[in-house]
Amino acid sequence: MTPRQLAEALKLQVINEGTTFDKELSSGVTCDLLSWVMANGKKDGVWITVQTHLNIIAVASLLELACILIAGDPSLDSKTIEKAKEEGITLLTSKDNSYELSGRLFSLGIRTNEGKQ
Amino acid sequence: MQNNTQEDIIEIEFPIKSGDFVAAGDASSKTKKLLKQLGIDPEIIRRAAIACYEAELNLVIHSLGGSLILTITPSELVIKTQDIGPGIADVDLAMQEGYTTASDSARELGFGAGMGLPNIKRCADNVEIVSELGQGTELTITIKTNK
Repeated sequence: MTPRQLAEALKLQVINEGTTFDKELSSGVTCDLLSWVMANGKKDGVWITVQTHLNIIAVASLLELACILIAGDPSLDSKTIEKAKEEGITLLTSKDNSYELSGRLFSLGIRTNEGKQ
Repeated sequence: MQNNTQEDIIEIEFPIKSGDFVAAGDASSKTKKLLKQLGIDPEIIRRAAIACYEAELNLVIHSLGGSLILTITPSELVIKTQDIGPGIADVDLAMQEGYTTASDSARELGFGAGMGLPNIKRCADNVEIVSELGQGTELTITIKTNK
């Protein structure tokens, strides 16, 4: 499943179509602690968080995540959106909370993909 | 950013500002881009990017400012941070996962989970910390590139 297909399947709002919008997702993680994501996020993965500040883009870019899915009907800072465009990171949002979204992604076959980078 | 190139050695210094969460991660992004341009192994780049980011954020969160110096030799990458700041009272304790002295405001943004130094240790071949209370901290991370 790609970020585009994920957005369609879960009726997510597409804030930015990054360079990975049509790339196959490798895995998923849900956490709001940036260092935890740095330790556990996988290349081409999707990251579910409620954090909306600029630095989430740096984390996604450094880890080469495929997309960030921001939960809880967030209001996004324009700087975060600009940075996502600059770095080519796909940014999606949803009204649902992290728990609900994680469950839905799991049902769609997206796993944590332990052990793989 | 300053560049010093002597034959096979590249050295770049990035100034890091205290509390600047907007610029936080810029030095790490530039480091990663440079390592990619140099054709370094992707797994090494990933480890370097994580270690570099955590080291950079430590300066933003905890110090009064400092610099991150990247040195690339044919056999290793050395990421060194030097800061002016409170220093680390107990380095062994700071290396323990979950231990943090970060402010509530930093933690609300998802920083300061007490995972920075442990993440650095996991990604590095060697980590050295020299810290003096009330003065500052020097952290040296070495990642070998020619295993």
